[in-house]
Amino acid sequence: MTVHDEPPPRIVAPSAPVLHGLLAEYDDAATLLAAARRVREAGLERWDTFTPFPVHGIDQAMGIRSTVLPWLVFAAGVTGCLVGLLLQYWTNAVDYAWIVSGKPFWSLPANVPIAFALAVLSSALTAFFGMLVLNNLPHPWHPIDLEKRFARSTIDRFFLLIEAADPRFDSVQTRAILDETGPVLVDVVHEDTASPFRTPRAVIHGLVVLLVAALVPFGLLAQARATKSRTPPIHLVRDMDAQPTVKAQQAFPRFADGRGARPAVGGTVAREDQLDEHLTRGTIRGAASRVFPPTVAADRANMGAGRRAFDTYCVPCHGYVGNGDGMVAQRAEALAQGIWVPPTNLNQDHLRRQPVGQLFLSVSDGIRTMPAYGPLVPIEDRWRIIMYVRALQRRSSATIADVPAAERKALE
Amino acid sequence: MTATPVSPYQGRPGGENVFARITENVARIAEAPRPPPAWYVAFGISVALLLIFISNLALVAWFGVGLWGTMHPVAWGFPIVNFVFWIGIGHAGTLISAILYLLRQDWRTAISRFAEAMTVFALVCAVVFPGIHVGRPWVSYWMLPYPNQMGMWPQFRSPLEWDLFAVGTYATVSVMFWYLGMVPDFATLRNRAAGPVRRVAYGIAAMGWRGSSRQWHRYERAYLLLAALATPLVLSVHSVVAFDFATSQLPGWHSTIFPPYFVAGAIFGGFAMVVTLVVPARQFFGLASLIQIRHLELMNKIILATGMLVGYAYAMEFFIAWYSGVTFEQFAFVNRAFGPYAWAYWTMILCNLAAPQVFWWKAARTNVWVSLAVGIIVNVGMWFERFVIICTSLSRDFLPSSWGYFVPTAYDYLTLAGSFGLFFTLFLLFCRYLPMVAMAEVKATQPSARVR
Ligand code: HEC
Repeated sequence: MTVHDEPPPRIVAPSAPVLHGLLAEYDDAATLLAAARRVREAGLERWDTFTPFPVHGIDQAMGIRSTVLPWLVFAAGVTGCLVGLLLQYWTNAVDYAWIVSGKPFWSLPANVPIAFALAVLSSALTAFFGMLVLNNLPHPWHPIDLEKRFARSTIDRFFLLIEAADPRFDSVQTRAILDETGPVLVDVVHEDTASPFRTPRAVIHGLVVLLVAALVPFGLLAQARATKSRTPPIHLVRDMDAQPTVKAQQAFPRFADGRGARPAVGGTVAREDQLDEHLTRGTIRGAASRVFPPTVAADRANMGAGRRAFDTYCVPCHGYVGNGDGMVAQRAEALAQGIWVPPTNLNQDHLRRQPVGQLFLSVSDGIRTMPAYGPLVPIEDRWRIIMYVRALQRRSSATIADVPAAERKALE
Repeated sequence: MTATPVSPYQGRPGGENVFARITENVARIAEAPRPPPAWYVAFGISVALLLIFISNLALVAWFGVGLWGTMHPVAWGFPIVNFVFWIGIGHAGTLISAILYLLRQDWRTAISRFAEAMTVFALVCAVVFPGIHVGRPWVSYWMLPYPNQMGMWPQFRSPLEWDLFAVGTYATVSVMFWYLGMVPDFATLRNRAAGPVRRVAYGIAAMGWRGSSRQWHRYERAYLLLAALATPLVLSVHSVVAFDFATSQLPGWHSTIFPPYFVAGAIFGGFAMVVTLVVPARQFFGLASLIQIRHLELMNKIILATGMLVGYAYAMEFFIAWYSGVTFEQFAFVNRAFGPYAWAYWTMILCNLAAPQVFWWKAARTNVWVSLAVGIIVNVGMWFERFVIICTSLSRDFLPSSWGYFVPTAYDYLTLAGSFGLFFTLFLLFCRYLPMVAMAEVKATQPSARVR
């Protein structure tokens, strides 16, 4: 390339500047507010004010109508909530019915948190992006940016711009209106005809190519799904496909002792080897015991404790004297649903003859429809309860012969 | 503006009016050619910790979660303790920026940006932990409902799934709220920018904001709506985190007090974190005129109040354990205070209940260093609270044969320390490059801004 081949420098035709509008600058919010009222009264429509912070009262002064944003957000919230409910209903109750502890497939309370989260998420997204769209943001270039002073609009100055596109705009009259409002300065803003920055063509072409290239992986995925192949899938992550396993009762070198079976955890006993059969299971060599274990002596203290525990744990169903007429039972009878198994009357003959060990076991492990109290009531207390049950049974069938001779007199 | 700066952090003239002074005060920090030396020291330490964090995550992803001390019965060791800790930290940020906004507490403007940034960064730290705790982070997306070749859907009645939605929503809303608040301030920085790089960078972030009143109108409405949405959201998020525990059958977890107790604890710990961050930022970056002692005192009062709420919850747990008559529940709590983890329990009590009591005295409330010390102590206490709840309950459940004792490994400690590296790296970058105080909002609360 020689010097002569160089193209002559392009000469930009000095086009006549196109008027964009008039920009007035104010140094405090109060003057701006008054100016805004004045401009509004003049009937102008295409104008705006620019302030470093939201000035209160400017909405009324300028006659800005309330935005529809809240309604959009409300609609989005309702939609999000419904979508959340529908999603959970369809996935967990219809398409893939999850069985969780026998609970109903569709149980509203458990679906509230996610429906709520989705309602908030969709309304928040709408509030944020709705604001951007309604405000015409992002908005990278604007003619007033050419005005050097305008940089202070986000710092400490207040501006008012009337666009020349306004039907009532008149460069002389409008200027006069602005001059009356006590501005620091009124300036003419021109249309940005010669802005040095325009998105270069190459960038746009590059973006288009990138966009097309971005579709290729999706195409390949779709193709892979639609066709069959004999090669095994590529396994990037092995996960747990290959790992050492212990086979029951076989050697396993990874453990220090080389055995696959593990010994019992130190300091523990298996559930079956109870230390004291009488105390914990109520049996003596496998047969239900007819006596109380030696650690639970038949004295006043134990009887009192037994009564307290009985009153706490048993009375709601069996009633205060064990006749099976506790509050729960009464309520269930009143409901008359036909599925209620009444609590047993503890004063029946066959229970009176039952060994204490068997009563103890019924209470500890539960019996038929009655739940187990072993996990809830400490072991000694269970024995004390049985002691008190025995006392109740004695009471229900007592004759005068049961009363000690010394006190019989007083009764007769 | 003619005078040249003596030092970028003290000297620049204030400007001719209060609005210019506020702008100058905040913007000069992001514009200064060089931050104060303390910043470099802090940043160096933070980045070192961050590298430790990243390498630990990589090791765990490669070798598996066996590197941690997490093992049955304590299957929820450090990762979940850290998750709950970080998520709790975030709550104060939303409380300050959303709830106090709705209550028209103008004093919040000075610290709201900090608090929001803290929320966002704490959330970044928080979400990492469940992500790695699942053991195979690369399939974490299985938690999302998407049609798949297995024909399966997530179990939407599980609190862990609720957590995903609650925390995901919370993170999204917090980021939007934070960013929305910064848009006008980015515009300020763009307009003041000296070089083209800054102008373009802040210009992109400001999205062409010019402070038009028609835009302010919709902006304020959007901000109010986000605040109104964030308020119930923040209360629900920690309640849902509490459900992870409360809906289980485990003694020590299975309790209806958990949701409000967790929310109170989160606000307590979060405010302590705000104080911990605000005090050094205020001292090093010379923001004393904006973040005043008055603000600090108000925050300390909130710490005192929420600390008492948390103390009430501790006491109530014991009372209910006794009152319920359930022996397992009673054992769980006696074990908590006097069992193998008693050291952790009493650390928690000392840090959370005893330390904030100094704030009954005005002299302590208004002293920056006392505030900073209590802030740090409370953060330690709140971390221990989660540790105590998780480890004491899991290590002693129904079957004594499967009792255990959780011992963290070096990887556990390094990951915890590393998460602070992530947090502080982000936070220091925020202090350096973003508007640290909500300039537009502070301006709007000045007397000369209230015109009619
Ligand atoms: C929730 C109600 C309820 C409570 C509380 C309750 N029971 Fe029962 N109990 C029942 C019912 C119902 C039956 C009858 C079960 C059946 O026939 O299916 C029963 C049966 C019994 C029997 C009869 C066992 C047999 O061999 O037939 C005994 C003994 C007994 N209960 C003792 C107690 C004691 C002692 C307590 C307190 C620790 C107690 N129950 C607490 C509901 C209860």
